[in-house]
Amino acid sequence: MSRIAGVFAGLKAQGRAALIPFVEAYDPNRETSLALLRGMAENGADIIEIGVPFTDPMADGPTIQAAGRRALEAGASLAGVLGLVREFRAGNAHTPLVLMGYLNPILSYGVARFCADAATAGVDGLIVVDLPTEEADLLLPDAAKNELDVIRLIAPTTSDTRLPLVLAGSSGFVYYVSITGITGTRTASAADLARDIPRIRAVTNLPIAVGFGVRTPQQAAVVAQHADAAIVASALIEKLCKSDVASVLADVAALAAGVHAAVRTSV
Amino acid sequence: MNEIIPNSLRNGPDGRGRFGEFGGRFVAETLMPLILELEAAYEAAKADPSFQTELDYYLKHYVGRPSALWFAERLTKELGGAKIYLKRDELNHTGAHKINNCLGQILLARRMGKTRIIAETGAGQHGVATATVCALFGLPCTVYMGAVDVERQKPNVFRMKLLGAEVIPVSSGAGTLKDAMNDAMRDWVANVRDTFYIIGTAAGPHPYPAMVRDFQCVIGNEAKAQLQEAEGRLPDVAIAAIGGGSNAIGLFHPFLDDAGVRLIGVEAAGHGLDSGEHAASLSRGRPGVLHGNRTYLLQNEDGQIQEAHSISAGLDYPGIGPEHSWLHDIGRVEYVAITDKEALAAFQLCTRTEGIIPALEPSHALAHVAKIAGAMNKDEIVLMNLCGRGDKDIFAVAQHLGVEL
Repeated sequence: MSRIAGVFAGLKAQGRAALIPFVEAYDPNRETSLALLRGMAENGADIIEIGVPFTDPMADGPTIQAAGRRALEAGASLAGVLGLVREFRAGNAHTPLVLMGYLNPILSYGVARFCADAATAGVDGLIVVDLPTEEADLLLPDAAKNELDVIRLIAPTTSDTRLPLVLAGSSGFVYYVSITGITGTRTASAADLARDIPRIRAVTNLPIAVGFGVRTPQQAAVVAQHADAAIVASALIEKLCKSDVASVLADVAALAAGVHAAVRTSV
Repeated sequence: MNEIIPNSLRNGPDGRGRFGEFGGRFVAETLMPLILELEAAYEAAKADPSFQTELDYYLKHYVGRPSALWFAERLTKELGGAKIYLKRDELNHTGAHKINNCLGQILLARRMGKTRIIAETGAGQHGVATATVCALFGLPCTVYMGAVDVERQKPNVFRMKLLGAEVIPVSSGAGTLKDAMNDAMRDWVANVRDTFYIIGTAAGPHPYPAMVRDFQCVIGNEAKAQLQEAEGRLPDVAIAAIGGGSNAIGLFHPFLDDAGVRLIGVEAAGHGLDSGEHAASLSRGRPGVLHGNRTYLLQNEDGQIQEAHSISAGLDYPGIGPEHSWLHDIGRVEYVAITDKEALAAFQLCTRTEGIIPALEPSHALAHVAKIAGAMNKDEIVLMNLCGRGDKDIFAVAQHLGVEL
């Protein structure tokens, strides 16, 4: 069983949902990112999503755009992100890591070499924002060969008839982009999730994570009532900008408490 | 329009929206259903003769097509070789070829029941053309424009506002065309139900590269017929400037299967191809994925996209339409590059010899014509697309020539 599947199986046995916080690698520098990864794992993060900086993050709002710019100025590269993962993994064998980014740095690195190096470094899953199912054959074979989960995005615009097509070849979990929009802007309501999540459950047994616009422990708890994981990104990046690593980790602990205490209405 | 002919270079793209290995649909899942809906709507429109009839009506009576084909006699004499014909798309309403595409897309948007239009713009020509057709059809229009471009293209910003458009300055990245396109896509993702995104060049996710090309092919189709009438034959060379490549693909496409016609695309070499400040994606870039398509891009060794530079804001883009990437790789079209300085000289040459002030974009094509025409025979013919007029550029040109206005 993969690390990701193992985490979800364990949480399911306890009747809990997962918290997936996000770290933009190298924002504002490598040491901070490493401290965040280690600290998040100790403060209730069940899985950690690592943003791979890209000059043109088309699905991201102002917060992650700015984080990406700071990271690139700090010298971030895809190889550098893999190095960061390696260093984290040396001290933590259990927390799954998912890389989220855009296709071009991967193409530039070479898809086959990237998948091999990512797996060796200790990456568990990949989310490639601008690689829809229609183009996914570019990545799926090499990811499968290296036992990397390819996590697919589902959007409110994804129709019921399209869902099975999008989910074909996906593994790990499903990432539900809960709003039509960019990261860190609007927030889906409980009613939205109660309507949308069952639609996805009907076609897959994979755990469902909800992201885009999840900011507070209360919102994360609402997500945890309906879905299997809450992903929090922009709110943590903003906190880091205004404050320090310790306050981000305090927020992660509070989010984890919210998620873990949620009374689950479905599953 | 896309009749399948064996061994034709005009059959692309394939079912996945690809020209060879280029093109495709590299967008987030939120947009994917929209892209598919757009493709279906465009296919239906192409199959409906009333759509073309409607487009033809506006092209004739609103844009003023067909645009003239002008034998540039003094320029020909000055260069001393091949006969030079200028396809005068600068005479179109709004002063450039951009309107051909905007009309096609807004008619499609209306067919699809969309009620809000967005666009990106670099120099502001596409923004003005989009704002124009929105005024014509009474649709609200939002134009994304890099903050740097807003500053250096003030007259066009004012034009767009007069036409009723909202112009949003984009300060992310370097604040130029690439960043404006990112923000237009972000707007589209957030407003999927009612909004139609009019992309200004033959790039982006499928079906945009094919659709924009089809709407711009009116340039090449007219020129082919006009030259037939004037000279009774095909040109020896057809040449056009390339940023994203919409005017060039519109000129080239109707000639792709005419093997005797040499096709030349002219990229912007900025301060020089080896200066690190240029917009020559084919000459100095390598394949990658940006803005929904796989194509040649200016990028660093880590796959981060680099900023382009050109004196002409309309060529200032680090990518190129995917069909050009394919035509480059198969060798059907030659791609060359012209520097800012050479383009400025050609700008003045055309103004002085023909009484036509060209935009800085086609001035790049003209600079290459000036390089090759003299060595050609007097009975040979060069056809160049004069895709825009230079009124918008006189301030920039004055500045480069050290003249204070």
